[in-house]
Amino acid sequence: MSKTTTRPAVRKPEAENGGAAPGAGRPTLEVIGLRKSFGTLEVLKNVSLAVEKSEMVFVLGRSGSGKSTMLRCCNRLEEPDAGEILLEGQPITGSGVNLDKVRRRIGMVFQGFNLYPHLDARRNITLALRKVLKQSRDEADTRAAAALTRVGLADKAGNYPSQLSGGQQQRVAIARAIALEPAVMLFDEPTSALDPELVGDVLGVMRELKEDGMTMLVVSHEMAFAREAADRVVFMADGHIVEQGPPEDLFTNPQHESTRAFLSRYSYGP
Amino acid sequence: MDQLIQQFFNIDIMVQALPTILRGLGMTLLICAVVIPLGLAGGLMAALASTARSRWLRWPAVALVDLFRAIPPLVLLIFVYAGLPFAGIRLSPFVAVAIAFLLNNSSYYGEVFRAGLISIGKGQWEAARSTGLTQRQTLTHVILPQATRNVLPDLISNTVEVVKLTSLASVVSLGELLHAADLARSVTYNASPLTLAAGVYLVLLWPVVRLLSRYQRRIAV
Repeated sequence: MSKTTTRPAVRKPEAENGGAAPGAGRPTLEVIGLRKSFGTLEVLKNVSLAVEKSEMVFVLGRSGSGKSTMLRCCNRLEEPDAGEILLEGQPITGSGVNLDKVRRRIGMVFQGFNLYPHLDARRNITLALRKVLKQSRDEADTRAAAALTRVGLADKAGNYPSQLSGGQQQRVAIARAIALEPAVMLFDEPTSALDPELVGDVLGVMRELKEDGMTMLVVSHEMAFAREAADRVVFMADGHIVEQGPPEDLFTNPQHESTRAFLSRYSYGP
Repeated sequence: MDQLIQQFFNIDIMVQALPTILRGLGMTLLICAVVIPLGLAGGLMAALASTARSRWLRWPAVALVDLFRAIPPLVLLIFVYAGLPFAGIRLSPFVAVAIAFLLNNSSYYGEVFRAGLISIGKGQWEAARSTGLTQRQTLTHVILPQATRNVLPDLISNTVEVVKLTSLASVVSLGELLHAADLARSVTYNASPLTLAAGVYLVLLWPVVRLLSRYQRRIAV
């Protein structure tokens, strides 16, 4: 897949909106015609998806369906071969984009937490506040404390990752991301590496984020949580989005064959 | 037995040689003060180049590191000091020593740093970059602190090797510790100054070696 198939990277939402704030009236995150191959393996085949402001969208699909790759393209940890991604109406794909500026607006939570083991919880959060947002030590500490309080770990600021449980580590990782006040949060299988009894805490934090109006795109296998908390569920198979809709519809009345097969495997069908 | 004590542990001779030996120690420390920091810096750059994504950085770095690790440091020193004049480059003994050891050290430190860098998982890079940290900030604040800590014992033992390596400078008549001791030996016709020099190396390096063992025991637990 060559770069030449990329759609024109420049869009002018200001013109369409008659000078309103950039991105007004557009989805917070918009993925258009995304394609990605690893070698000869085509992982994403023309994927388009929009996430509205304050919406929580769950992406389901079996492993290898391309859902993690799609998510990782959204902050360009993977470089798409073709297609366009817009954040609040502004293109973030293409060569003229300042990636570091874009990424501070997109929070990411990883399956393996990826906390910095040599820094305590507070400094895991303040590092980007200090170096990227250029905040003073006091400002950053205050904001880190607020973020830790939001994830229920106000008393763990001085703990190193190795002194925290998996669930606590993932909540610190969420705090690290929300402290930057991103426009959208990406979750890449946030509970897959956790012991079952620790999953609930992390999902609880995600539910609270949603209630506070955070825009979230979540790749996960937590079907019960998706059904209960998501605004919309997207099902991916073989590099395509084959079906999407409100969780109740998708879980009780799946239209596509691969969705049915997937749901029955998880014994969560109608 | 008396012969041995007379020849190797002669206190009078040692006292006589002490000022010369201390001057030599001063030169040894000066070489170390130049070669160790520069070697660490050069090694770090070699490590970064040899783990770079661009092959145009990676291949030359790997080739140079391999080359200077394979050439015996004594051969390298003699080449720089006695060989380069034939190419019109005449260096003072100190500069020749600094250059030869720098090339040698940088490759060894480079291999240590490289091991440290590749011991840090991709996830650390991704997490840091996902918060908007630049590549340089990620390296400085996230990767290098962890990488250095992971290879600290190797960095320290390499540094001990460097201090001992400086004794090679005696072949180009740079008046460091061994050269000073050998001078004193030839003046006194007695080997005791060499014993004294060995004692000085021991006093200098033993605490470092001891600390290193304790540190390694601690992280092994």
